[in-house]
Amino acid sequence: MRISTDKIISLLFFILSVFYLYQTYQIQVFSFDEHAPFNAKTFPTFLAYLGMFLSVLYVVLPERNPSIVNHKVLDYKSSLYLVIITIVYGFVILKAGFFLSTSLFLFFSYYFLGERRWIWMFILSFPLVAIFMYLLHGILDVYLRDPLLKMLGIIG
Amino acid sequence: MIEGILIGLQTALSFKNILMVMMGCFFGTIIGMLPGLGPMTAIALMIPITYGFEPSTGLILMAGVYYGAVFGGSTSSILINAPGVPGTVATAFDGYPMAQQGKAGKALAIAAYSSFAGGTISAIFLLFAAPSLSKVSLAFRSPDYFALMVLGLTAVSAFSSKGQFLKAMMMVILGLMLATVGQDSLSDITRFTFNNMNLTDGISFVLIVMATFAMSEALTIILKGKDPSRATEQISLSELGSISLDKDERNKMLKAIPRSSVLGFLIGVLPGAGATIASFLAYGMERNFVNEAEKQKFGKGSVHGLAAPETANNAACSGSFVPLLTLGIPGSGTTAVMLGALLGFGIQPGPRLYMTNPEIFWSVIMSMYIGMVILLILNLPLIPYIARVLATPKNFLIPLILFFSVTGIYLMSFNNFDIFLMIGIAVVATFLRLYNFPMPPLILAFVLGGLMEENLRRSLLISDGSFNFLWDRPLTAIILAFTIIIISWQAYKSFKK
Repeated sequence: MRISTDKIISLLFFILSVFYLYQTYQIQVFSFDEHAPFNAKTFPTFLAYLGMFLSVLYVVLPERNPSIVNHKVLDYKSSLYLVIITIVYGFVILKAGFFLSTSLFLFFSYYFLGERRWIWMFILSFPLVAIFMYLLHGILDVYLRDPLLKMLGIIG
Repeated sequence: MIEGILIGLQTALSFKNILMVMMGCFFGTIIGMLPGLGPMTAIALMIPITYGFEPSTGLILMAGVYYGAVFGGSTSSILINAPGVPGTVATAFDGYPMAQQGKAGKALAIAAYSSFAGGTISAIFLLFAAPSLSKVSLAFRSPDYFALMVLGLTAVSAFSSKGQFLKAMMMVILGLMLATVGQDSLSDITRFTFNNMNLTDGISFVLIVMATFAMSEALTIILKGKDPSRATEQISLSELGSISLDKDERNKMLKAIPRSSVLGFLIGVLPGAGATIASFLAYGMERNFVNEAEKQKFGKGSVHGLAAPETANNAACSGSFVPLLTLGIPGSGTTAVMLGALLGFGIQPGPRLYMTNPEIFWSVIMSMYIGMVILLILNLPLIPYIARVLATPKNFLIPLILFFSVTGIYLMSFNNFDIFLMIGIAVVATFLRLYNFPMPPLILAFVLGGLMEENLRRSLLISDGSFNFLWDRPLTAIILAFTIIIISWQAYKSFKK
């Protein structure tokens, strides 16, 4: 018997609900609240049981039209590159500042997605981020943390 | 009411707000036109820009984006048979055949006029319905609110899941679970934070929206980039043809608009229904109203078949503002995003909104009229140029979506934990979307989670822990009866298959 991915996801959701229930019982409520009609545990407890019930129902009931995904046509490589480059962006944004990290993130994202029109890649990274920063920081007065530009005296 | 309308006009007609409506309509059209990106993504991408605005200005911008995105979705439906949003799928039935017949300009003009008429007529309904409903909704008590939220979540799951009700309900539970992360609002006890300080204040709404829509949408587009079944036919964008309509076409359009506006507005008011159902129902209804000869033209480029869904989907957009503005309960994923943004501004929508913040309440309604006019005068002449956006290579588009998503989160907290959390949620959401687990129920549940717990808490405390509150009040019982009907209907549908 072959189990569909939809059912596997439902099983994972069941495990998540059980874990959520376990975490619910770990919540430390005040002693005077322990037997109150409603405390910090009540709503999560309902949710955990409801989550378990729904996922079991999905696993048990016959499946009429399971989702069919053709993995051969999915471009996992490019998606993975993008996720990795976004994680790297998340790491460097605080250190390198908004302008440099965002511009480099955009430039390399275009590159990893197969773009080679260098002029467009440049225009849609460094100048675009500069305009965006001017719009937000200069016109709308939204604070943008950028230690690098601050050190260079470009922003206040 | 006259005083309120004047306050609204005064706020909406300020130079800054008119500029915001124009910008909203323009950018909304562009984003909505891109296949896969709908109003929810468009509004989510606008959230960082609204940080520096007053609440009314921010909301006006978002309302403009909403209308623009729905109109933009129609453009891609008509030109390349790729609806940008589900609400414009029915538009493609007759819009695309018209474009193939060399009448793309006419089809776009009919879509623009119908959208304008549907949106404007239903904004008039909203003008009268919202204050009256606000008064009625003051009679609502905690059990009624709780029941109403249960009904809203069930209805959204039923209507957005395309026959996958259980999957949608699991997404509702997941959304509610995510909403419980952080400090409990009454006791201040931290829950599900795993001793991580970054989670003490809970997960940000913007983070969830950006992760499940903007970023996950971008990853899905890349993931499915090589899928040959997604290849879209490009028509020559220079061959749009004339945008002027003859007398016969105008007459046909004028017959379809009034009935589709009423239907669209009423469907929009219902929780969970929204533009998609409104457009399909209007298409079906119009087909029943026309004569036999016209009926044969449906699906082959009928003016009736194009005008009806276009009118209804815009009318439904205005209708969906009724539960948001009067009850503080969003009826759709898009209005849920707007509710989140309002809460971010420190404003609690609900029956008292039009008394406590009349400038917001009325200016949003007034800006809808202005938005409709701008959409017509700005977009119609610009259609040939705006349509070129469809040719934007995804190599540039995707990183820009990611950039807006990350920036939106970064500007909120200047903390990279939120960025990593967003990436994690986006990856999971992308995987879930591949297997048809819908995201709108998750968003709606996440937004309503806090309110739902609060109303359940009050109800249980008042009834001393008994669940009698569910049937003690007739209003609560009636609302719950509707919920049971929806669940039973879904169960019947799945067993009938």
